[in-house]
Amino acid sequence: MTVKKSDHMKDIHKPAERVGEDFYRVRNSYDKVVRSTHGVNCTGSCSWNIYVKNGIVTNELQAVDYPQIDHDIPNYEPRGCARGASFSWYLYSPLRVKYPYVRGRLLDLWTEAKKRFADPVAAWESIMTDESARKSFQQARGKGGLRRTDWDTALDIIAASSVYTVKKYGPDRITGFSPIPAMSQVSYAAGARFLQLIGGSCLSFYDWYCDLPAASPQIWGEQTDVCESADWYNSMYTVLMGSNVSMTRTPDAHFLAESRYKGTKVVVLSPDYSQAVKHADLWVPLKKGQDAAFWLAVNNVIINEFYNKKDTPYFREYVKKYTDLPFLVKLEASKDGFRAGRYLRASDIDALAGEENAAWKMLLMDETTGSLYSPKGTIGYRWAKEKGKWNLEDTDGIEGLERIPMLSLSDEEVILSTDGYDAGGGYAPVKRKAGAKRIKTVQGDVYVATVFDILKANLGAGADYYENSPYTPAWQQQFTGIEPETVIKVAREFAENAEKTGGRSMIIIGAGVNQWYHSDLSYRAAIMALMLTGSVGVNGGGLAHYVGQEKVAMLSSWSALAMAGDWCKPPRLQNAPSFWYIHSDQFRYEGSVFDYFAVPDKEKFKEQHSADFNAKAVRLGWLPFYPQFCGSSIDAAEEVLTEADGDKAKAMKITASKLKKGEMKFAAEDPDNPKNFPRVWYIWRGNAISSSAKGHEYFLKHILGTDHSVHAEETGFGFENIKDAKGAEGKVDLVVDLNFRMDTSAVYSDIILPAATWYEKNDLNTSDMHTFVHPLTEAVPPLWESAGDWEIFRRIAEKFSETASAHFPKPVYDLVATPLAHDSPDEIAQENVTDWKYGHEDPVPGKTMPKLTFVERDYGKIHEKYITLGKSIRENGIGAHGVSWNSGEEYDDLKKINGSRYMEGEEMADVSTALKASSAILRLAPEGNGQVSLKAFRDLEAKTGRPLAHLVEGYEEYSVSFDEITRQPRRIINSPCWSGKVGKGRAYAPFTLNVEDLVPWRTLTGRQQFYLDHEMYIQAGENLPVYKPELDMEMLGETEGGDGLVLNLLTPHGKWNIHSTYFDNERMLTLSRGGQCVWLSEKDAEKAGITDNDWLEMSNKNGNVVCRAVVSVRIPEGMCLMYHAPERTIDVPLSPSTGKRGGVHNSLSRVRLKPTLMAGGYGQFTYYFNYWGPIGVNRETFVKIRKLNEVRY
Amino acid sequence: MDVRAQLSMVLHLDKCIGCHTCSVTCKNLWTNRKGTEYMWWNNVETRPGTGYPKNWEDQGKFRGGWEIKNGSLSLKSGSKWGILSRIFHNPDQPVMKDYYEPFTYDYANLTDAPESANQPIARAKSRITGESMNIEAGPNWDDDLGGSREYAAKDPNLTEEDRVLFGEFEKIFMMYLPRLCNHCLNPACAAACPSGSIYKRGEDGIVLNDQEKCRAWRYCVSACPYKKIYYNWDRGKSEKCIFCYPKSENGEPSACAHSCVGRIRYTGVLLYDYDRLIQVLEAPEETLVEALKSCILDPSDPEVKRHAKKAGIEPDWIQAAENSPVYAFVKEFGLALPLHPEFRTFPMVFYVPSLSPVLRKAETDMTMENFRIPVKYLASVFTAGNEAAVEDTLKKLLGIRSYMRGKELADKELMEKGISLSGWNGRELEKAYRLTSLTNFTGRFVIPKTRRENGSSYEMQGAEGFLDHGKNKR
Repeated sequence: MTVKKSDHMKDIHKPAERVGEDFYRVRNSYDKVVRSTHGVNCTGSCSWNIYVKNGIVTNELQAVDYPQIDHDIPNYEPRGCARGASFSWYLYSPLRVKYPYVRGRLLDLWTEAKKRFADPVAAWESIMTDESARKSFQQARGKGGLRRTDWDTALDIIAASSVYTVKKYGPDRITGFSPIPAMSQVSYAAGARFLQLIGGSCLSFYDWYCDLPAASPQIWGEQTDVCESADWYNSMYTVLMGSNVSMTRTPDAHFLAESRYKGTKVVVLSPDYSQAVKHADLWVPLKKGQDAAFWLAVNNVIINEFYNKKDTPYFREYVKKYTDLPFLVKLEASKDGFRAGRYLRASDIDALAGEENAAWKMLLMDETTGSLYSPKGTIGYRWAKEKGKWNLEDTDGIEGLERIPMLSLSDEEVILSTDGYDAGGGYAPVKRKAGAKRIKTVQGDVYVATVFDILKANLGAGADYYENSPYTPAWQQQFTGIEPETVIKVAREFAENAEKTGGRSMIIIGAGVNQWYHSDLSYRAAIMALMLTGSVGVNGGGLAHYVGQEKVAMLSSWSALAMAGDWCKPPRLQNAPSFWYIHSDQFRYEGSVFDYFAVPDKEKFKEQHSADFNAKAVRLGWLPFYPQFCGSSIDAAEEVLTEADGDKAKAMKITASKLKKGEMKFAAEDPDNPKNFPRVWYIWRGNAISSSAKGHEYFLKHILGTDHSVHAEETGFGFENIKDAKGAEGKVDLVVDLNFRMDTSAVYSDIILPAATWYEKNDLNTSDMHTFVHPLTEAVPPLWESAGDWEIFRRIAEKFSETASAHFPKPVYDLVATPLAHDSPDEIAQENVTDWKYGHEDPVPGKTMPKLTFVERDYGKIHEKYITLGKSIRENGIGAHGVSWNSGEEYDDLKKINGSRYMEGEEMADVSTALKASSAILRLAPEGNGQVSLKAFRDLEAKTGRPLAHLVEGYEEYSVSFDEITRQPRRIINSPCWSGKVGKGRAYAPFTLNVEDLVPWRTLTGRQQFYLDHEMYIQAGENLPVYKPELDMEMLGETEGGDGLVLNLLTPHGKWNIHSTYFDNERMLTLSRGGQCVWLSEKDAEKAGITDNDWLEMSNKNGNVVCRAVVSVRIPEGMCLMYHAPERTIDVPLSPSTGKRGGVHNSLSRVRLKPTLMAGGYGQFTYYFNYWGPIGVNRETFVKIRKLNEVRY
Repeated sequence: MDVRAQLSMVLHLDKCIGCHTCSVTCKNLWTNRKGTEYMWWNNVETRPGTGYPKNWEDQGKFRGGWEIKNGSLSLKSGSKWGILSRIFHNPDQPVMKDYYEPFTYDYANLTDAPESANQPIARAKSRITGESMNIEAGPNWDDDLGGSREYAAKDPNLTEEDRVLFGEFEKIFMMYLPRLCNHCLNPACAAACPSGSIYKRGEDGIVLNDQEKCRAWRYCVSACPYKKIYYNWDRGKSEKCIFCYPKSENGEPSACAHSCVGRIRYTGVLLYDYDRLIQVLEAPEETLVEALKSCILDPSDPEVKRHAKKAGIEPDWIQAAENSPVYAFVKEFGLALPLHPEFRTFPMVFYVPSLSPVLRKAETDMTMENFRIPVKYLASVFTAGNEAAVEDTLKKLLGIRSYMRGKELADKELMEKGISLSGWNGRELEKAYRLTSLTNFTGRFVIPKTRRENGSSYEMQGAEGFLDHGKNKR
C-alpha cells in the first residue's frame, strides 16, 4: 500500500477555521419565506415557498407540507417542476412589462383627438370613423413602436373605446379572453366580472384548446371529472395514451413510477418514444391518431372472452346497473338490413305514453317477466314535477317494483347493418346478426334490441381474431401497425386485472388523442373498455384525462363572483371555437365539411358547411354566438319593449317573430358586416394571439388587420344561410393586454398594462390533479407600475363608469340571447331536430330557439357593483351542476370577514380587493365549508330520493379561510357539485358518488352511455363508437406545390414551456435548444438533406415558420413534433419565402369544427361554457419542410 | 477501525423523469451570477449521450481521476509535483466548446424597438462577447435523444453492436442520469490542488473548495473525472457543488434533493472505515463496487458504534446513520451503485439503475433478457463492467414488483416469484417497496444537524450573522 492518509483525504473538523464557508452560507440565508404558486395553465397547482432577501425574490423551492392522504399512498410532495422553479427569473428580467404601453401611432392619434374633443368617447369616435387613421395603427400592430405611457392615459383610451362600442354597436361587441381560471381564480374573475357587468362576452378556453374531451359529456353528461393523481397509485393496470405524464404532468409522474413497485403494470401507447415510455412494461408504438382502431379491437376481445365465452359476474352486474347497455333501441328497416335508431321510450308504448315526460323515459326489459318498464333515473324523472325518482335503484319508476334489466335479447335474430370504413377511407357497411324482439308500439310493430346486442354486432365480437373485418385484432393492424397478438394480450390483461381487482384498470389520456378531429370516437372506444370492465367510478380505475382541465374546486361561488351572477343574469358566455372560426374568417377558406368528415350519406344533412351548421346551432339555441344580432342588443331591447308596451313576455314573442320574418337577423349569419365585428378585445392571463390563436395568421389578417402569411384563398362556398362576403380585415378596434411579460400577444396589442406576477398578488389555486386549495400571496409588492388583475379591472371599471355616466345617464335594457342550458329543464326541450328556418315550426324562445332575457344595465354603477358582492347571492343562493342552496348565513358571515359596503343604504359584502374576493370564494362554497356542503347534499337528496347528507358527517364545522391555506394547503371536502368522493385515506376518483350512492349520471338514461341516439349521431353513423378514417393531406388540401418534405405536424405539450409561458425564460431556453425547433426522424431529415440544428422553413397554406431542426431516432417517420407553444419573438429569422418574420406553431394551423359536437337542447347535448360544443382540433396539420441555407434576421 | 461520517445521496433512476427541476433550483441558488453562467453543479443527462461537458467520461482526453500506475494509485493527470511543474499550462482542461457559449437574448428590444417593417424579436446574444450569436450548443443539448446521431450514438458506454441497434426506431432506449459532485472519499480534485484549498469536511465528508484560499490553478477541474468543478472566470476561483451545506447543517436537504419532484433522491449518513478504504483503493477494477461497499459500516453494529463514538461522531449522527435511507439502498438492499467506480475516487453518490420496457412485442411480463437498456450498458456506467452486479439489482427491482403485485391480487405464485428473484423475505420486500414508493420527505432525507454549540456560543449568540462576526470569532 503506497497511498498514505495524504493531504487530500485529511478531513477538517474545525468549522470555525473554515471561514471561506461563509461565502455560500450568507447566500443561502433569507429574510422571509412566502407561500405562492404559478398561475399558469398546466394543472400542476403546486404550492411553493418564495424566498425573499433584502426585499428581492432570490429563488423558490416547493412547499412540502400537504396534508397526507393516507400512509399507503405516496405524499403530494414536492409538487413543482423545472418550469415553475425558473419563474423568479421573470420578476426582474428585461422581458418584464414594467409600465403601461400604447402603440405609438394610436397614442399620437389619441393625443390629437383629445385636443379636439373634451369627451373621450367623442375623441375615440373621431379616430374610429376615420378609416385611414384606424387602419394606420392596425397595420402597425406587431411591428414595434410601442410607447410608454401613464395609467391615466391608458385607462382613458380603454374606457372611451368600451363606452363607444356599447353605445354604437352594443355591449356584446366587447369580448375577453383569459384561459383556465383554476390556477388564479380571482385574476380570471376580475376581467370576467367586468365584462359580464357591462354585457360583454367571455370566450371559452377548454374546448378551444381542444382539451375538452367531447366524449365525457357524450357518455357521462359531465364536462370532465377525473381522479386526482394519487389515485393512479391505486390502479393495478395503467394504460397511457396521448399522455406523456413524465413530461407534462411532472409533479404527478411519481405516482405512476411508484405504483409500479406496488405491482402495477404499465402500457404506453405512443407513436414516438416519448419520455413516459420509460415507465412502461410494454411500449405500443401505434401509428399517430389511430387509437380508436386499437381500442375497438380491444373491446372486440373483451366482449368475446369476458361476455360471450364466459360469464364475468362483476362485469355483467356493473353494465346492467350503471350503463345503458340493457336499454332498448328501435331498429329501422333499411335496404341493407336493420339499422339502430332511437331509444325506445315510454311515449312509444301505449300503456306508458300518458306518463309525465314520457318521451324522456327510456325503457328496459325485465329479465324475470319480460315486460317493458321505465326505470328510475332517466332524464324524464330528473325534470319531473315529482322529485325523488331520479336515482339508480333497480326499481320501476312507475310501478315501484324491483326489476332486473335484461342485457341481451334472443327472441329473434335480425341482420344489422353497421358502419365501417376501409383502409382507403371508403364507406363499407358490414352486415351482422343480432338478437332482437318484435314489440308493439304506438307507431306499430317494431324490432327492438338492447344496446349490448347492437354493440356486440357492431364490434364483430365472436369473429375470428385473424379475420380482416371490423373490428377484429387483425383488422386494426392496417391502421395502427400493431400486430394482433399485442392487442389480444393487452385486452386480456386489462380485463383480467379489472375482474380480479374490482375495476382497478385505468387509462391515462391526454392531448395526443384528444386533439384529432375524431377524438370523440377514439375516446368513446377507449372508455368503452373501461365500462365493459366495470372500471369507472372505482378508485384506481377509469379514465384519467389530463389536458387543460383545471378544476375550480369551489365552482359555485367562483362562478357567481366571476360571471357577476350576484348582479345580473344570464352571462354572455361564448364557445371560442365557433367564435374564432367565424370571426377570423377561417370558415371562408374551406368548402363542405364532408370533404373530410366521412359519413354514410351526406345527403341526409341539409347543411354542408360547418359555418352553416354553426348558424343552425345558434338559431336553434344549441350554441351561443356573440354578437348575437345584427345591430345593438340595447337598441333591440328598446325596440321590442316599446312595441310590446313594456311587456317582456310579449316582447320576446315579437323578437321571435321578427327573427322568423327576417326583420331581425343573427350576427352569425352575417359575420363580415362591420356592424357585427368584435370591437374591443381584452386579453389577460394568457397569450391569446399566439399560443391560443389556432389559425394565428388568419387572426393577424382578419382580426388585427396587420401583416400576415396566409397563402390560402377563400373558396367562395355557396352558403345555405350565411351572407356572401369577402372576409373583412382588421375587425378589432382595440386590443388590450394585461401582461407581465412581452410575449407575442403583448407585441401585437394596442395597449399593454403591466400586470403583477404570481409572486406579487393574492389569489386562489386549485386543480383536478389533487384535492387541496392553496393560495398565491404577495411576496413582494407589484413591481414597478404593475398591479394585480383584480385591481387593474377595478381601475378599468372605475374609469368606465365615470366615462359612461355622461352617455348612459339612466339604466337601459339589454336583450340577452343564450343557448339552452345544461343542468336545466332545457335538457328536454328538443326531442327531435326541427328547424324553424325551414318552416318546420315556429321559433319559441327557450324551446326551439335561444332563450331571451332583458337584463338591466346601469353603466354608471359598474365600478360600485364590481367591488360589492350583490345581495342576490344572499337571497337566491348559488349552485353548480344542477345542485343549489341558500347562502344567507355565509353571506352574512362574509360581511364580517370582509367588511361591508353600502349601496343605496343597503349593507353588502365588500369584494374590493383580491384578498376579499378570495374569501368570498372560500366561504360560500361547499368544498371549503361543511355547513354549505350539508345544505347542498340536502338539495340533492330531495332531487334523488337517496340519503346523502352522511357524506359530510364529521365535517359540519369544517371551513377554510385564506389565512389557513396560507399556513398550509387544505383539502377540499365532499360536495354534490362533483361526482367523486374524498375523505380520510381516500383519493378522489370520479363517479364514485354515482356508483356508491346511486346518483344518476346527468345523461338521457341517467346511466353511462355507450349509445348516442341524437338524430345527428345516427345520421353521421356515430351512434356507436366506430372507426373513421384519418383526415389526410389530400382531403384537407393545405399543403402547396413545389418540393419539400411533407410531414404531419404534431404539437404536443413541451418540456421547456407551459404553453408559451417559460418558453422565453432564459433558463428554459438554455436547457433546451435556445429557440423554436421541430423534431424530425433521422430518415425524414436525411430525405430533406437536413442535419441536427439546421435552420429550416415549414410552411403550408396557412403560414410559415422558420426554426431549427432537432433530428432524433426517437421520432418515427412521417411526422414531426413542434412542442406547443413557442414564441415568434425569440430569435426568429425572416422567412425566405415571404420576406416577413417567421411565424409560430399556430401559423400553420387552422380550425375545423365537427358538426355533431354542435348538437343541443337534448339531454347531455345541451350547452354550457367550456362543457359542450365543437373543439378546436389541430392535429391534422400537414407541412412542407425545406432546409434553409441562409438565415436573415 | 477509523470510523468517519459521510453525507451521501441515492438517486433512484427508475423513478427519474428527466425534468431538470434539480438543475434549475440549484442554478437559481448558486450559479445565477456573473462567472457562473455555464456552471451546472447539478445537471441531468439523457443516456445514451455524451453528457455535460461533452464526453466527460473520456479520461483519455481529460485525464481525470486515478489510475494504477506502476502498481500504485496515482492521479491520471500526474502527481502534484508534476502538476506544479506545469502550473501555467494545463492541456487537459476542458475548453468552451466542451461546455457551451453561454447566451441570453436582447429581450428589451421587444419593448423598445421602433416601428419597423417587421415584427421585432429578442435575438440571441453571447454572454461572453455581448454580440449576436448563433446558438450551436447548450448544457443539455442532446436532451431526450435530440441530435441522436451526433450524441447518443457516440456514447462511450455503448458496445459496437448496441450502437448499430440503437439506430433502429423500435429498438431504442433512453434513461436519465442526474449528476452532481460525488463528494468522493478519495477526491482527485483535492489531491490535484496546488494550493491545498480543497478539503473534505470532517463532520460530514462534504468536499469544498475554500473560496478564500483558491488560487485559480484549475487543476481540480481536470483532475475531477466527473467534471464537477468549474472555474469562475469572473471571480478567479473554482466552484463546485457544496451539497448545500448551509442547508444540510440545519438538517435540510440540498436544493436538488428537496426539489426532486420524481422523489428519486434520498440523503442520509454513511459511516465508513477509513482504514479499510486505504486498503481497497487499489482493488482490481471488477471488484471495485464491492470494495467500495466494504468500506461502509453497519451502523447498528455495537462495535461500529463504539468506534464511531471514539472517533468523535455525535450520537445523533450515529442514530441518523442507522435510519439512513442511503444505507438501506446501498448496503442493506444492495440496490444502489456508484457512478464509474473505475475512476477510483470512491464516489459517495449512488444510483439505482433503471428498468426499461421489454423489447419483445406482445410481452408485458418483464424478464431481464428482454429489457431495452442492455445490461452491458448499465455495467459500463455503474459497475466498471461487472454485469452480474447490475443483473443482481435489476432482479431485485423485478422481485419487489412481482411480490407486491402478487400481494395486491392475492396471487401466491407472483409473490413466490418475487421472493426468488430478490432473495429476500416478505418483510424485506415490503420494506424495500415502502422505501421506494411511500417514503415521505422526512424519510427520504434523514440529515442530522451539525453541532455548533461550544465554549463561545454564549457570546456568539448575539453576534451570529453580523458581517464582522467572522473577525471577532477569530
